[in-house]
Amino acid sequence: MSGEVIVFTIISAMVLFGALGVVSTKNVGHATLYLLITLGSVAGIFILLLAEFLALVQILIYGGAITIVLLFALMLTRVDEFSSIKDAVQRPVAIVVSVLLLGVIITPFLQETLGGQSLTESNLRTLGHELFTKWLIPFEVASLVLLVALIGAIVVGRDD
Amino acid sequence: MKVIVQLTLVSSAIVAAFIALLFSGQNDIFLKALGASTLFGFLSVVVLAMIWYERKLLARIQMRIGPMRVGPFGILQTIADAIKLVTKEDLIPSETDKTLYWLAPIVVFVPSFVVWTVIPFTPSLVIQEMELGLLFVLACSTLSIVGLIMAGWSSANKYSVLGALRSTAQLISYEIPIIVTALTIAMLADSLNLIEIVKAQSSVAYVLFQPLGLALFFIAALAELGRTPFDIYHAESELVGGPFVEYSGAHWSIFYLAEYFNTFLFATLVSLLFLGGWLGPWLPGIIWLFIKIFIVISIIFWIRGTYPRLRIDQLMEVGWKGLVPLSFANFVLTAVFIYYSWSLWILGFIGIASILLIMFTYKKRKISQPPEIILISSSEVRRV
Repeated sequence: MSGEVIVFTIISAMVLFGALGVVSTKNVGHATLYLLITLGSVAGIFILLLAEFLALVQILIYGGAITIVLLFALMLTRVDEFSSIKDAVQRPVAIVVSVLLLGVIITPFLQETLGGQSLTESNLRTLGHELFTKWLIPFEVASLVLLVALIGAIVVGRDD
Repeated sequence: MKVIVQLTLVSSAIVAAFIALLFSGQNDIFLKALGASTLFGFLSVVVLAMIWYERKLLARIQMRIGPMRVGPFGILQTIADAIKLVTKEDLIPSETDKTLYWLAPIVVFVPSFVVWTVIPFTPSLVIQEMELGLLFVLACSTLSIVGLIMAGWSSANKYSVLGALRSTAQLISYEIPIIVTALTIAMLADSLNLIEIVKAQSSVAYVLFQPLGLALFFIAALAELGRTPFDIYHAESELVGGPFVEYSGAHWSIFYLAEYFNTFLFATLVSLLFLGGWLGPWLPGIIWLFIKIFIVISIIFWIRGTYPRLRIDQLMEVGWKGLVPLSFANFVLTAVFIYYSWSLWILGFIGIASILLIMFTYKKRKISQPPEIILISSSEVRRV
């Protein structure tokens, strides 16, 4: 077993551990921190795929921003009101949705033959160039969506 | 009690080794682990020296003489303090969320150590040279915020929750000017590799092209470190001790250690990004780097001895109305200058002029009134 496989196994185990933690814990604060483990470990998988930039952005955005905003919101609300989540009513629906999602995710793996492609070092310069020439319109649309969300949040949050 | 200290050391060594493993071939992993351990020892000594120096400098600013009893000029005072902290009884309040309470110091400390694996002291003296080094440093340093929230939230203490809220708001806000200014430098150097950034300054240090950038980065770094005048989240007179109120002994000392690691880190970053790092005439490179770091750290301590603390709303105002727009303006202006390859010296003059202008208008400004605070009882909050 090569080193990469060992590291991949460890990281995948961490991803699964975090993901199971998120859905099994009843404390919302803990769930957020489990989510952080999952998101951070996904960054590890990106590193294994030689996508360093993606990994660091994953840590910066998901670890450094999204998790923190979630925790921030949790602290501002009264945690004892949500400390145990009761979701038994939704459970059958959740199972159906999860199975459907699993099917969607697995389908491409059944059709494509995996492996065989050699990994090349991703270049930040190439990435930036592609992003601002070939994928410019999707990129700008994504920025616009974020801007709209930002303005919406301000409008909702304003008193007057 | 001492377990947590050992646990932290071991875990950070493992994480550092793990990162070194991921970023390199697997052949020199032991060498890198050794390097990481040496670095840890070195940084601990630096922190001891820094604490002593800070106390001495503050004492001199306030016309005192500072610690004198333990060792010549009180040099051993910090070591005595460290021994005291580690052997102190470790109290854990009964209402705490135990796991998070124990994990929080580690979550704060590990990122603050791991970033050092990519910081170069000279072109060859670096544990892992990384193409995206600057981004790595910035990404890792954001992770400490999670630790602060964990500490504040798990302590089951109103002061610590308030401290955690304030620290989050402060650190997230001031992250933006830091990242944008670092991006400006990366744009000038055409690289995110810290070694390349220093090499790009071989003719002129970037402080001359980016005086405004340096000012913004330095102020935002002070806030990011939670140092005076931005030490709002552990303001002793208002919040007792912020997120760390309930911590004592070895737990508390780890937060303290991480804080000084970060202070040293930002001083090093300022030296590398703006002051030309190890470049300088006559003396060997590493000595130049340490001279520059020493000067930056002295200024940080000097500011601590000089300025009063800001209020939380003033802090937000400075961040969002001052530093964020200015850093974006600086970024766009630099991009325009690079695109049309205009002389960067003009950029330097514009930077100095804008700093002077800002200082002048700031002096003339109307002092903002503190916001009216309305206390709402918790029952009313729930009804709303």
